[in-house]
Amino acid sequence: MSLAKPAMRGLLGKRLRFHLPIAFALSLVAAAAFKYGVTEPRKQAYADFYKQYDATKEFNNMREAGIFQSVRPTGE
Amino acid sequence: MCVAFHNKLGEFWPFPPDRAGVTESDERGTFRHLEIAPKNEPDLWRSTIFFLRSWLISFDFPMMSSKEARSLKMLHLTTGRVGCLLSKQVVVALTSSGARMSSHGHHEVSDSVDMSQPMYWDRLDTPLPDRPWKDVLDSTDKSLKQKEKGPWTALSKEEKIALYRLKFNHTYPEMKRPSHEWKTVIGGMFIFFGITGLVVFWQGHYVYPPQPHTFGEEWQAKQVQRMLDMQINPIEGFSAQWDYKNKQWK
Repeated sequence: MSLAKPAMRGLLGKRLRFHLPIAFALSLVAAAAFKYGVTEPRKQAYADFYKQYDATKEFNNMREAGIFQSVRPTGE
Repeated sequence: MCVAFHNKLGEFWPFPPDRAGVTESDERGTFRHLEIAPKNEPDLWRSTIFFLRSWLISFDFPMMSSKEARSLKMLHLTTGRVGCLLSKQVVVALTSSGARMSSHGHHEVSDSVDMSQPMYWDRLDTPLPDRPWKDVLDSTDKSLKQKEKGPWTALSKEEKIALYRLKFNHTYPEMKRPSHEWKTVIGGMFIFFGITGLVVFWQGHYVYPPQPHTFGEEWQAKQVQRMLDMQINPIEGFSAQWDYKNKQWK
């Protein structure tokens, strides 16, 4: 029974040549997925919210609800 | 403060022998009379460290009985490698009484291993033990070992396997054979989960103080209303889920 001599050298190099491109590709995919799945929609949501935002109106709503200590509702 | 005690077997034992106030002749000039632990009480710190070390050592040597693990030789052999600060106290105590040790002779328990001889082991991570499996060879084995000294191409397959079996007890696949231990482990885990569950339930009933008033239904409703009034996280969070026009959740 004579077996072939197993590979004695270059084992790490072989592993890296196989795994590193995959690792880089997957990392890029993960980053792209997060950017276009999370950050872009979030930026859009904030932009849409502040397009129609009236700060004074919201302040008066909050004042009437009675949450402030410095300005009480107009009735009191 | 080097204090060491020995039982009848000549093994290190942290419990002092029964000597009521007797100063032995080889103790003169030592600080024995200044020792803090009273003579007839075990040195609790040293005994705890001793038993803890032996228990941890026994993990490294799964074949060893707990008696072997507690023996002087094991402590000597392993503390050199690990150099743990706690066990240095024990080792200093042992080495200081080296002279006394040898006077006890070889009172070994029948099932203990002579750790001063080369050992055999079956380990996945250390493939070549200090000695071969079969030390005592009969005549056929001896003749085979003689044949081994020649060219190995002259050996048949069966002879090669026989030589392997002389040198090693288990092959790697035999060492790696699966066992039923996992069932015990999982079963034990669930048993302890169950016991913990009972303890937690009892605790919730008998130990916990009354809940804070802020946990009540009314208070929680008022809290939610206040959060909506303040417009907490109005873009993507809490208040974004509330429909302010129709006064309901989206």
